[in-house]
Parts: sequence; C-alpha cells; structure tokens
Amino acid sequence: MPISSLPSQLKSGSPPAGDSTVQDEHRHFKVLDVTMKRHRHQPDALIEVLHQAQAAFGYLELEVLAYVAKGLKLPLSKVYGVATFYHLFSLKPSGAHTCVVCLGTACHVKGASALITALENELGIKVGETTADNQVSLMTARCLGACGLAPAMVIDEVVSGKQCPDTALEQIRALSGK
Amino acid sequence: MTVKTLKIDDIDVAIAAGSTILQAAQEASIPIPTLCHLEGLTPVAACRMCMVEIEGTSKLFPACVTEVGEGMVVSTNTPKLQGYRRMNVELLFAEGNHVCAICVANDNCELQDLAVEVGIDHSRFPYQFPKRSIDLSHPQFGIDHNRCILCTRCVRVCDEVEGAHVWDVAQRGSACHITSGMDQPWGEVSACTSCGKCVDACPTGAIFHKGETTGEKQRDREKLAFLMNAREHQQWTR
Repeated sequence: MPISSLPSQLKSGSPPAGDSTVQDEHRHFKVLDVTMKRHRHQPDALIEVLHQAQAAFGYLELEVLAYVAKGLKLPLSKVYGVATFYHLFSLKPSGAHTCVVCLGTACHVKGASALITALENELGIKVGETTADNQVSLMTARCLGACGLAPAMVIDEVVSGKQCPDTALEQIRALSGK
Repeated sequence: MTVKTLKIDDIDVAIAAGSTILQAAQEASIPIPTLCHLEGLTPVAACRMCMVEIEGTSKLFPACVTEVGEGMVVSTNTPKLQGYRRMNVELLFAEGNHVCAICVANDNCELQDLAVEVGIDHSRFPYQFPKRSIDLSHPQFGIDHNRCILCTRCVRVCDEVEGAHVWDVAQRGSACHITSGMDQPWGEVSACTSCGKCVDACPTGAIFHKGETTGEKQRDREKLAFLMNAREHQQWTR
C-alpha cells in the first residue's frame, strides 16, 4: 500500500513540518532506504531495518512502519506485530528526559518499588509511559551493576544512588522546573 | 516412503515418516483434543490442548507438531494430562471475557465444547476481566476481542489460504491481541478481501457475521477443507 493512501490518522503522529524537520525526515528515510538495500530488501531483515529506523527517527511512527513494510514487501500487520512485540522498539516518542529506576534484586530489597510508586503518582503515568507534556519518560531496568548504591535510579544517564521517595521526587521536580 | 510404527494408547499405528503424532492418532481414531489446530493450516502448538506423554521422558509434547518416531510409546489421556487440559481450559476462560449466554457462538463453539468435554462448570482461577475492544468497522463482519483465545487461526487462514495477511498478533504477554493492518480498524484495511475465511476458522464467537445474535453464528468449515484440497491437489470436490 503506498504511503500516500494510508488513512490520515496514521499520519497524525508526524512532527509539525518545519523546513528543517522535513529535511531531517528526508535524510532519515534515505538512511532507511540504504539499510533495506544493503539487506537486498529481504523480508527476514525486518528486525535489522526496524533497529535502523528507530536509531534514525528516535521512535517508530506508523508511517515509518508502513514504509518499511512496503520496502520489504511485508504485510502491515506483521510489521506492526513485530514492532510492538519487542520492548526495544517504541512507537511513541520518548520524553525530553528519561528516568530509569533499577529493579535489580539489591534495589528491590532496598525499596525500589516505593520509588516507582512515588514517581508514578507524581508524574501521573505508569512505568513505560511518557508524561502528556512529553517531558519525562519513566522506565525500569534490571540491575545497573551499581548494587552498592541501592536503590539506584538514572536520570538522563546520570546515576544517583541511595534514593528514597522524597529525594527521587525532588530530582524529578527539578527536571520540570516545578 | 518410509513408515514409522508406534504405539498410541496401546494401539499399534503405522504411518508415513514425517507425520505428526496427531495425524497418527487420527489415523487410529484416537481422539486428542485440539483448539488452535485446523486441518489445512500450519500447526503452531499455541493452545497446548493436544499435549501428550511419550514414554522415556517426563516432558509433555504437543501432538500437532511432534513428529512420530520409530517405536514411540505415546499416552494421550492419562490423569496427569486430563488435569493439565482442564486447567488449560480454565485459564482460557479466566483470561478473557467469555460469557456464553450472550455469545453468537453459544452451542456452536469449540471452547465451550472443550469445557464440557473436560468437565468444567467454573474456573478455579480468578477471572481477569480484561478491558478489551470490539471492532465493528467492517461492513460484513465484526471482531470481539473479549471472546478471542489467540489461537491465531484467523492469522493463518488469512495468510496461508487467502494470502492477504490482514491479521497478526500485536504486543506481548497479557496485552497480546489480534490486530488488523497497521493497527487500523478492520474496515479500513485495504488488504482485506472480505472473503470471510477468518469467520469460518474462528473457534469461538470472536469473529462473526454482522447481524448474527446469540447462538446464531454459522461457519462453513467444509469450505476451508474444499479450498485447501483444491489448492494443494487441484481437486475440486464441492
């Protein structure tokens, strides 16, 4: 199915089209074309191509998935199914900031779940989601390898250890400038 | 053609090498309950109803995808298997929202038949009452995800027989669901040919003809068998 014939709601996820955004998008699709060509448009290269698409676009819009489906001559539902099955692929843009709470054994014992509950309540989202204003994405990890710092969390790639719900909330509030 | 001989429930069976235990059992008229299996479609061992025991190993094997071996001794209906099958059906009922009394497939449902067969009147597991949707966007058919058991018969029949591949499984774990096209409403998927084979293949009332009400679902299983025979053997028997 040509992209132009996709129902309009499939395109609603597109970013507002400023000139630079359009050029960026154009370049990203070029990267995608090169990747698919390198794999000789073999359908079994789907996961490889999706990885490349996610790296280029940041996330997998339905429009991009449809483009990949067409390029590899795969059914739309199959591409959607694969993209939604793997945690590594995201169909929504992630927030400006990411907050990762470690759920490894040590952190769990030291009360990581209390951190998560506090953060979920504060942000009004569940783990794996992004706030409505696209500011913060809340995620979890299984052991950061920093068990001495338990319970640990990572905000924008900076690790902070020995957290309690209050210190965690403080950091999150600092992010959004509240 | 090599032939393998094996024993299923103390009955000697000889069958071509490469056949499955399920085919061998059918050959010998030994019933093995199935749910996701549909003649003519690739078996996927999704429902785990056809699990059997093979002597010499404590593992259970799905009969629909396990090839027969020379000298195999297979049991299909031990108390252990009966217990597992019963639990399996109970889990299916607890996982979805299966309300027979208001279902289009009431009295014409393979899940219901199996529940009766294994003797279930309730589930010992807490019902999950998941929030699932109903898609009535297609002009002729509807899909009610509440009644879906994710057997993937619709996915396979659309892909392998019709060739349109409208359906697939999206997400994972308890969020798993059948999706059409690029997560579009069924009626907006341009690949759909409205052939209705998914309605015929669906074991429950999940995919149905619009206009059917409680207990009225009709399906034409022979049509699928006819089509497969025509495709594979160029024999038109209808």
